[in-house]
Amino acid sequence: MEALEIARWQFGITTVYHFLMVPLTIGLGLLVAMMQTMWHRTGKEHYLRMTKFWGKLFLINFIMGVATGLVQEFQFGMAWSEYSRFVGDVFGAPLAMEALLAFFVESTFLGLWIFGWNRLPRLIHLLCLWAAVLASVFSAYFILVANSWMQHPVGVEMVDGRPVMVDAWAVFTNNTALVAFPHTVFGALAVAGAFLLGISWYHLWKRRHDGLDTLAADGTLTIGGSGARDAVDHRVWLRSARAGAVVAMIAFAGTGITGDLQGKLMFDQQPMKMAAAEAACHDGTGFSILSVGNLGAQSCDDITAVIEVPGVLSFLANGDFTTEVKGVNTLLPEYQEKYGTTLPDDPMYGERAGTAIDYLPVMEVTYWGFRIMIGFGAIAAAAAGAALWVLRKGTVPQSRWLMRLAVFGILAPFGANSAGWIFTEMGRQPFVVAPNPDPSGIDSVFMFTAAAVSPGVSLAELVVSLVALTSVYAVLLVVEVRLLFTYVRGGTASAMPELAHDDDHPGAPTGRKDDGDVLAFAY
Amino acid sequence: MTEALPTLWFVLIAVLWAGYLFLEGFDLGVGMLMKLLARNDTQRRVLLNTVGPVWDGNEVWLITAVGATFAAFPSWYASLLSALYLPFLLVLLGLIFRAVAFEWRGKRDGDAWRGRWDWAIAVGSFTAAAGIGAALALTTTGLPLDADGNRVGGAFAWATLPALLGAAAVVLFCLVHAAAFITLKTEGRVRGQAERLFRRLLPVAMIPFLGWALLVQLDSGSVITWLAVVLAVAAVTASYRCSVIGRDGRAFAALGAGMLALVGSIFGAVFPVVLPSTLDAAFDLTVQNASSSPYTLGLMSVVACFGLPLVLAYQAWTYWVFRRRVSEASIPAAHAVAAL
Ligand code: HDD
Ligand code: HEM
Ligand code: HEM
Repeated sequence: MEALEIARWQFGITTVYHFLMVPLTIGLGLLVAMMQTMWHRTGKEHYLRMTKFWGKLFLINFIMGVATGLVQEFQFGMAWSEYSRFVGDVFGAPLAMEALLAFFVESTFLGLWIFGWNRLPRLIHLLCLWAAVLASVFSAYFILVANSWMQHPVGVEMVDGRPVMVDAWAVFTNNTALVAFPHTVFGALAVAGAFLLGISWYHLWKRRHDGLDTLAADGTLTIGGSGARDAVDHRVWLRSARAGAVVAMIAFAGTGITGDLQGKLMFDQQPMKMAAAEAACHDGTGFSILSVGNLGAQSCDDITAVIEVPGVLSFLANGDFTTEVKGVNTLLPEYQEKYGTTLPDDPMYGERAGTAIDYLPVMEVTYWGFRIMIGFGAIAAAAAGAALWVLRKGTVPQSRWLMRLAVFGILAPFGANSAGWIFTEMGRQPFVVAPNPDPSGIDSVFMFTAAAVSPGVSLAELVVSLVALTSVYAVLLVVEVRLLFTYVRGGTASAMPELAHDDDHPGAPTGRKDDGDVLAFAY
Repeated sequence: MTEALPTLWFVLIAVLWAGYLFLEGFDLGVGMLMKLLARNDTQRRVLLNTVGPVWDGNEVWLITAVGATFAAFPSWYASLLSALYLPFLLVLLGLIFRAVAFEWRGKRDGDAWRGRWDWAIAVGSFTAAAGIGAALALTTTGLPLDADGNRVGGAFAWATLPALLGAAAVVLFCLVHAAAFITLKTEGRVRGQAERLFRRLLPVAMIPFLGWALLVQLDSGSVITWLAVVLAVAAVTASYRCSVIGRDGRAFAALGAGMLALVGSIFGAVFPVVLPSTLDAAFDLTVQNASSSPYTLGLMSVVACFGLPLVLAYQAWTYWVFRRRVSEASIPAAHAVAAL
């Protein structure tokens, strides 16, 4: 193992992990803010309970997003110092702006929201949540501007071998960023939709299982229960489930439309990534649904497309059904001619100088990453449609099996998101900053991943940090999931002590002195 | 004008670090005092809730300081973070544990659960404070960097006396600063304990910080930066006096001012070097040779001009909203989540 490999594993693992928390934070945040807005406007009890319950899960998850995001901010300097020096002039700016314009708002106003119940006027309290949530969406824009510059470098000139920013407008309106941003936000909403649907399904099922709600043979639903599990409780879960299903479907449509735009850009900007996503060796027009052969062999001759839909690949790439999309066999010589066949004899490449460059990304990963992203998204959306149909009766079937499926279904859009990132990032290899043959990109600006790693950092240090971070992350993930389970099982009462302690008057803050002495919320 | 931009950004980054030490200083200290000051769970919760609504916002000062360094001085960011790989790893682990512990500690009832997170907060805060102190001291006293800005001498080349001094300086400052803060923010027994701790600790606590400042002054101090050191000593003395006569607010402010003066004297003295090389002064990273292009710095200046005052305004508002003192009586009963 080389330091480079370890650094790549570490970056991949920590970023994918960060992006488990991120979509839930963005998506659920937006939905909780909507819920509280509805409560503010209608004053209906079930909206309050929804806000509190989903808000609690949001917070448990949010903090992991913060903790893992910190690592990202430092990691470029620690493990990728050559990269930081090379791109700093253009790449650091969006990162600094993200902190100054988004993270400050996010963390400060979220603190106000958490501790401000009963202390701030209601409207201000609601606006604090909106400020925090919109800031997290805004933060996504900034970081995607940074990432998109690595996919499609724009707005710079090379000075002394380094890209120097000359056009900030071009950097911040990079077309790659402008489509990646809505794509990512829709992806986040897909996660939140499935989350709402799966958990609400569990509670609706549990209410039936416990005999609170009964469904007569003729379809009439009788809603029972008392205290924290009264009729309002039923409404909480039904509304949440329906909202989740609708959001999941809209989100999938959104990812599809924006993803299509991304595909077209990718075709222009990173043709090799497109070819690798298709495991397409020869030029062609067909989109492969199933290819067999040894993708991992990194050799095109072994791969045969078994099911192929003619024309679709052309459509993805160019909007018609006939454009030939260049395959790997055509592209490889083009890349070799433009960017060389071996790593240059530059001290920055260390011992790797002079070794052959493999321009083909790991095809198993790009091919399957692309399909898992779309496939899992589609499965989740289809399931959400079916769920909406089932929910028309006002509750869910008694089947335990179906309930489990709904809960496990939560994982599908998470998988789609991770797959999307892994595809995007690994498809860019061997470059960390990808050269763009497209005339709107600057073809001379690129960097090999092999040149990006910190020269001064030893293999041992990287191994120590990889082991430390992955084991800490693993432990914390277990704790987080268990906490989420505990709060989910506890229902709305887990987020509203007043419901748990005062069954006769749900919602009314009686039974405790709230007259300013006792904090409404305390750690 | 373009000559002035790197200097402006050097000043801004010093301001961000000073703001970070001032604000997160007390919540790191509160974290450590979870194990050193509080005697029971309610007292620990009093401590936690003094910083509950604000600690995350304070931490963003660190993220912004680091992010701004990346944007304005990429070589500084790259050399410092890669040279101090292990210290920063410890800082990150400390901050991770601390962050999740704040949020998760109260999410379940149980002494073992809470006890574990209390340790996470205390140890995490200590590690973060020590690591950041070491890093800041080293960026002002130097690291063995070669001509390309890469560390030579192995993974522990940073383990020197200045590193230790910086670590001690920041840890001890956080502790006294937190004691002053708790005195201001609480009522009842906790407040008494904090007040006593403050008076006992203050006479010694700022010595390492002063030592670090003197170390830098002896090397490259100017009249102005020496003056800042004198001012700092006067402020800390005043802080002690104010505490004795019961003016807690002033004691807190004067100590904070003393720390700011020391940070000012340190950054002022090293200017224009941002990261000296202990191998050869020709390899020093300076405000000029480590900075981004004037275009980038100009863009960032415009953003900071709008952004920073706004941040100060709404963070100040947060402190105003949560200005009320916390006492053991204001802590609600622990809430146990029961499965349905
Ligand atoms: C598309 C969205 C997105 C992406 C690609 C990333 N992040 Fe992130 N990040 C967020 C969206 C986000 C967020 C939703 O805004 C988070 C999650 C939880 C939170 O507090 O904010 C966050 C938190 C977060 C924090 C903590 C902020 C705080 O304390 O409040 C830092 C320092 C970073 N991120 C930095 C990064 C870096 C350097 C990334 C690049 C590798 C990165 N993030 C990828
Ligand atoms: C949060 C979502 C992201 C995920 C899941 C992700 C995933 C990955 C993965 C899997 C790799 C390793 C690829 C390989 O080594 O083959 C990688 C590399 C990298 N990514 Fe990302 N990435 C994300 C966002 C970003 C962003 C927003 C940036 C920049 C701001 C970024 C910068 C990098 C860099 C610098 C590398 C270098 C290491 C390498 O190429 O091997 N990533 N990322
Ligand atoms: C029809 C459906 C979809 C299409 C055509 C599509 C297309 C794409 C393409 C082409 C990229 C790569 C962009 C690049 O590397 O330049 C991408 C990235 C990505 N996709 Fe999708 N996608 C679809 C569905 C989804 C779904 C359902 C999700 C998540 C729920 C998702 C999440 C992501 C993420 C997180 C990335 C990486 C970040 C980015 O580049 O925006 N995608 N998608």
